[in-house]
Amino acid sequence: MSRVVIAEDSVLLREGLVGLLERFGFEVVAAVGDADELRKAVSTHRPDLVVTDIRMPPGSSDEGLRAAVELRRECPDLPVVVLSQYVEQSYAADLLDSGSGRGVGYLLKDRVVDVAEFAEALRRVAGGDCVVDPEVVRQLLRRAEDPVARLSAREREVLALLAEGRSNAAIARQLVVSEAAVGKHVGNILAKLELPPDEDSHRRVRAVLAYLRAPRP
Amino acid sequence: MTNETLVTGWDALRRPRFLLTLWPWRAAAHLLSTVVVASVVAPVAMFIALPWLLVVIGFTERGQVALLLVGSGLFAGAAMVLLLGPLLAAPLAMFERLRLRLIDDRPVPAIRQFRQGGSLAVTVWRWYADPATWREVGYAAWLLVVGPLLAMLIGGLAMVAGVLAVSPALIALDGGAISLGLGTVDTPLAALPYSVVGVLLIPFLAYLTTVLVAGFGTVSRALLHTPAEQVWAELTEVSQSRARLADTYAAERRQLERDLHDGAQQRLVSLTLQLGMARHDLPADSPAATAIEGAHEQAKELLTEFRDLVLGIYPKVLGDLGLPAALRTVADRATVPVRVDAVLSERLPRQLEETGYFVVSEALTNVAKHSGATAAEVRVARTPGLVTLEVRDDGRGGADPAGGSGLVGLADRTAVVGGRILLSSPPGGPTVIRAELPCPE
Repeated sequence: MSRVVIAEDSVLLREGLVGLLERFGFEVVAAVGDADELRKAVSTHRPDLVVTDIRMPPGSSDEGLRAAVELRRECPDLPVVVLSQYVEQSYAADLLDSGSGRGVGYLLKDRVVDVAEFAEALRRVAGGDCVVDPEVVRQLLRRAEDPVARLSAREREVLALLAEGRSNAAIARQLVVSEAAVGKHVGNILAKLELPPDEDSHRRVRAVLAYLRAPRP
Repeated sequence: MTNETLVTGWDALRRPRFLLTLWPWRAAAHLLSTVVVASVVAPVAMFIALPWLLVVIGFTERGQVALLLVGSGLFAGAAMVLLLGPLLAAPLAMFERLRLRLIDDRPVPAIRQFRQGGSLAVTVWRWYADPATWREVGYAAWLLVVGPLLAMLIGGLAMVAGVLAVSPALIALDGGAISLGLGTVDTPLAALPYSVVGVLLIPFLAYLTTVLVAGFGTVSRALLHTPAEQVWAELTEVSQSRARLADTYAAERRQLERDLHDGAQQRLVSLTLQLGMARHDLPADSPAATAIEGAHEQAKELLTEFRDLVLGIYPKVLGDLGLPAALRTVADRATVPVRVDAVLSERLPRQLEETGYFVVSEALTNVAKHSGATAAEVRVARTPGLVTLEVRDDGRGGADPAGGSGLVGLADRTAVVGGRILLSSPPGGPTVIRAELPCPE
């Protein structure tokens, strides 16, 4: 059973999250309302997973994120899921660059209302995967021009799922194709984007996201 | 005498019953008072110009003066005029503006404002540097030179006319012959033609005096008038008031966004979450399942709508992360692909960020609604003292501010912060909207 610390300054949402997580079999060891409390709770309870809002007291617009990054500096494999009010690419990047690069999730707050999917995402992050909100990916894809334009429609679908952090097997299930086909697509995509071929989905995610985020001339 | 708008001596001259009005008397009164004022001011002016007077006297007395003395005299004179001239001219100008009412009914506005802030020395410097101050000095010179000349001219003519007119009486009283210009006259009867001429001269003199004094008044007004400053003063007050108003609106919006976000939005998320849980827990064949599913979906849509609404009131990302990040979110939500090129090394003042955000947001809305474009570009650049934002689209062009597309609103928004909007939209496109906002270093 995964032990979770929740950090969320809105009381209603915090209680809702506690209920949700407990319903899906997580053990909530602490539910706090600000970043300092979060740090204390993590050092006290040593949880298996942290779920935190990015925007939290005491301070500015990204206290929660900064706390998360700090926590992963001390404990690089600590799985963290951050919940964001709005899409901000730099937040996603900071998170993916923190710690070991594994076990991070960047989700929009509204995702929590699809409870089963949310719980699933938490489980994946707790297991060491990276999860990136599809909305974040969608925006990135919109911003990127060629060579993403050179990808076929199917390849772009695969690229989107890649960027969300899915493994080849998960992508195959989602698109109802064989895993081999997915592997071929991924290879083509990485080649067209001139990214190194990489089986490790974490590094893939980071590479793809870094590519998509880079400003184009 | 009718009561039409007779504003200046010039207007009065055009009326056929001019001679029956007060105007000739007003002109005469102005001329006489000019003499009085000039004679009061003259000693002070002579004191100020003393070095120059000495130089002139030296030349006329001695024929030549040592170069050194000439030079230093000129220099000293110039220094005194520059330093003391305005001090004399300013109170004189204040009085003269009132006196001008004799010949010109329009008041002469002369509100001078020197921006507060800065020591006494700075304020004094600004006063000396103001061209209006030197126009007042010019007026003093004008008064001292032209005033007496006019007075002598009119006075001389008046004397001639008077003497001619009463010449028969003079001869009768005096008994002897008098010379009257063209010849000597010794009988009252012989003097009669001259008398007629003298009498006829009087109305002519009335016209002449009024013409000359009105001309004097026009020049005086030009020298004493400070229209720019007055309008400037009023405009400053108006624009400050407008800026305060815009600030109030912006603050209200931010507060509204906070209240909505912290209150209703949180409850909405919590509600949707609960519905989601219920939906998950209900067995699929339960009668309530469909209903809860529907409710959950509706709540999710409501959540999205609500978020967009609150975003339209005030975008949180703008306050948190600044203009470039906020512009990227606007671009992402646009219906056409929008490229954003906005890299700023530091945050702008909040009012500029808000203005820039809403200008770009409105411009992109226009692109979506009116332009038929397939792509757009947003560019933000900062140069010393200025922030420029440009929204360019490849649509059909022909944007017209009068067309009610909100362009006037953009111009108003930028005007509040002292900026301006430029628009290029030839038919066929492309359309470029450019906002220039002054930005302190």
